[in-house]
Amino acid sequence: MKVENHAAESANKTITGADLLIETLVEAGVDTLFGYPGGAVLPIYDAMYRSDAPFKHILSRHEQGSVHAAEGYARVTGKAGVVLATSGPGATNLITGITDAMMDSLPLVVFTGQVANQVIGTDAFQESDIMGITTPITKYNYQVKKLSDLPRIVKEAFHIATTGRPGPVVVDIPKNISQELSAEKFETEFHLPGYQPTTKPNPLQIVKLAEALGRAKKPLILAGAGVLFSEASAELKEFVEKYELPITNTLLGLGSFPGTNPLFLGMAGMHGTYAANMGIYESDLLINIGARFDDRLTGNLEHFAPNARVAHIDIDPAEIGKNISTDIPVVADAKEALKELLNSEIDMPEHQAWKEKLQQNKKEYPLWYESPSDLLSPQWLLEQVYQISNGEAIVTTDVGQHQMWAAQFYNFDKPNRWVTSGGLGTMGFGFPAAIGAQLGAPDDLVVSVVGDGGFQMTAHELSIIYERNLPVKVVIVNNNALGMVRQWQESFYDKRYSESVFSTNPDFIKLAESYGVRGIKIDREDDVVSTLKDAFAYNGPVVIDCRVAQETCVYPMIAPGKGIHEMIGVKK
Amino acid sequence: MKRIITATVQDRAGVLNRITGMLYKRQFNIESISVGGSEVKGISKMTFVVEVSDDQKLEQLTKQLNKQIDVLKVSDITDKAMVARELALIKVASNAHLSAEIQGVIAPFRASVIDVSKDSLTIQVTGKPDKVDALINLLGTYGIKELARTGTTAFLRGQQPHVTEISSFSV
Ligand SMILES: Cc1ncc(C[n+]2csc(CCOP(=O)(O)OP(=O)(O)O)c2C)c(N)n1
Ligand SMILES: [Mg+2]
Repeated sequence: MKVENHAAESANKTITGADLLIETLVEAGVDTLFGYPGGAVLPIYDAMYRSDAPFKHILSRHEQGSVHAAEGYARVTGKAGVVLATSGPGATNLITGITDAMMDSLPLVVFTGQVANQVIGTDAFQESDIMGITTPITKYNYQVKKLSDLPRIVKEAFHIATTGRPGPVVVDIPKNISQELSAEKFETEFHLPGYQPTTKPNPLQIVKLAEALGRAKKPLILAGAGVLFSEASAELKEFVEKYELPITNTLLGLGSFPGTNPLFLGMAGMHGTYAANMGIYESDLLINIGARFDDRLTGNLEHFAPNARVAHIDIDPAEIGKNISTDIPVVADAKEALKELLNSEIDMPEHQAWKEKLQQNKKEYPLWYESPSDLLSPQWLLEQVYQISNGEAIVTTDVGQHQMWAAQFYNFDKPNRWVTSGGLGTMGFGFPAAIGAQLGAPDDLVVSVVGDGGFQMTAHELSIIYERNLPVKVVIVNNNALGMVRQWQESFYDKRYSESVFSTNPDFIKLAESYGVRGIKIDREDDVVSTLKDAFAYNGPVVIDCRVAQETCVYPMIAPGKGIHEMIGVKK
Repeated sequence: MKRIITATVQDRAGVLNRITGMLYKRQFNIESISVGGSEVKGISKMTFVVEVSDDQKLEQLTKQLNKQIDVLKVSDITDKAMVARELALIKVASNAHLSAEIQGVIAPFRASVIDVSKDSLTIQVTGKPDKVDALINLLGTYGIKELARTGTTAFLRGQQPHVTEISSFSV
């Protein structure tokens, strides 16, 4: 740390609060910082400039890009994504991303600049009440009132963000704090008596769950993202295979169990498979591991697993019994609970008929699609993406039809390779998330599947992939429409396509090229395989504008208000 | 059903905002909240009187409160041996004739007159919320000019009758 303060004669050098922040980040093991400068964080950017800290700063072109990139980074690395933005508009530009991270339990530590403590509350230039604004959308938030608190707060923030049920933590740093000089070494020990997540399951509840399994004739596992956060995929696989339990995933849980394993029924929920949804409907024991019974999963609650005893393993007690009444609650880290279950002697009755029935459903009612006379079939396109990347890519998506097709047609055999915005359904997420994912996993193929609508919300981040030569492959599933909106209008609003079909779209090739990024257009199925192969092998970023048939809909579908067994668009 | 919930919380910046924001966001119906210091420095005590529709909602409420990082302990003390008190200040229309009559009305409530003017009396009453309600009702006939209530504050009695603790939401 090169600090220009020659007055420091004492043992410790006199440094600024900003220098101290950088030191603390280095100690916390931060290697990537996603940010954007401005007045209130000038001291921090100056400290960064002067420092030889071994982390990269990734300059986005809009703070929303920073926070989504940090989410993508967190999703694939399991580490906290770190964001830095200035006060006022810089901070408010982060709101969508912070909310997204809160909904999908992603660990983020977000630093915002703030006006000086002395003027907080006076509507000073670029002041915003970021504490008030972010209270409902963070796991916790801090405003630093004294420099001496700063290192401890930063440590606490990382601890809170990454433990228990992960989530975003905001640290608001007034400018006078980052400018203040000090040579003192501050206390960093912390004590959070009100925050002690339970990780070990209550043994009695494990016994109950084991007993329930011992009596079940139609057991089913529903695995969510909690399995990913607790790194419990190996234990889950062992448990599922030991008792030959049929299993389904939530949208966010994809990859927690191998997608090509015969016991896997596909994704459940609004656009889940017939086999998975009917499995839930008919099960007599549903074991939810790390999912929150979101309404896009359950459909009409009245018809959700009507005959099942429900067991729910979750590290967040407040999720248990929130939407679905639970017979066997288990508050625990998924990995700990699965380990205990693996240690239990369970005398599983034979459930061959059940397994066969589900297998038969899986075979008889597969996902299907039609080949359009013109342009590409989007589902077929996603199948090619899957094939050509050998099922080994990290896939990020935006929100809409293309997201559901990616979830349906890309089978993830490994965890933490699927990055999507589930809870908030944030358009604009997919592309910047791919940037963060690529930075977190530099040697992996990262494919960003986006819609022509959502890509335009954050396309300016093309600057980053050019600047850093990040070999992200952007696959635009271009239907020249807000496809998912168009589909709902077709199905539920009598084909009144109100503001959902674009009259104009940019030339995405030229757009990419204007940023220095290679752009390719595909509008014939014959060109798909060779072009994708070429693009995926290319050592640099590529934007591939894939023209797909606009009228294609996502099926099956549980229409709003309907039960999980009332899917439309199911075909033999 | 009406429940009385107490919480001990760490006195960190924004804690009240965080808790009331959560209650608002999750649509809990709060009748009153009272907050103040406790016997331990840095720790505050909150008392909530809530109207919840069923046990499931109640369970959610206590869990969501417990989930807050600053919250140390949450108890539903409704069915326990406890003391719950509220203070109200009531300004009633009055005059020389009525004054004695009003004094007579408030006497059984052990309320006191703490301010007198030519056309009003201000009465202070402390007690269980239903006692406070009853007095307010009685004084209504004279015309209430102003009313301020603190909301209920409560805690457990020193001695609890012996019953086996049934924790309804054991997990
Ligand atoms: C920020 C935001 N605004 C609006 C929506 C509502 N919405 C959901 S899907 C969708 C259409 C997305 O269109 P596109 O990105 O082209 O994807 P497609 O559905 O066509 O695959 C819209 C507008 C949203 N999810 N997020
Ligand atoms: Mg589209």
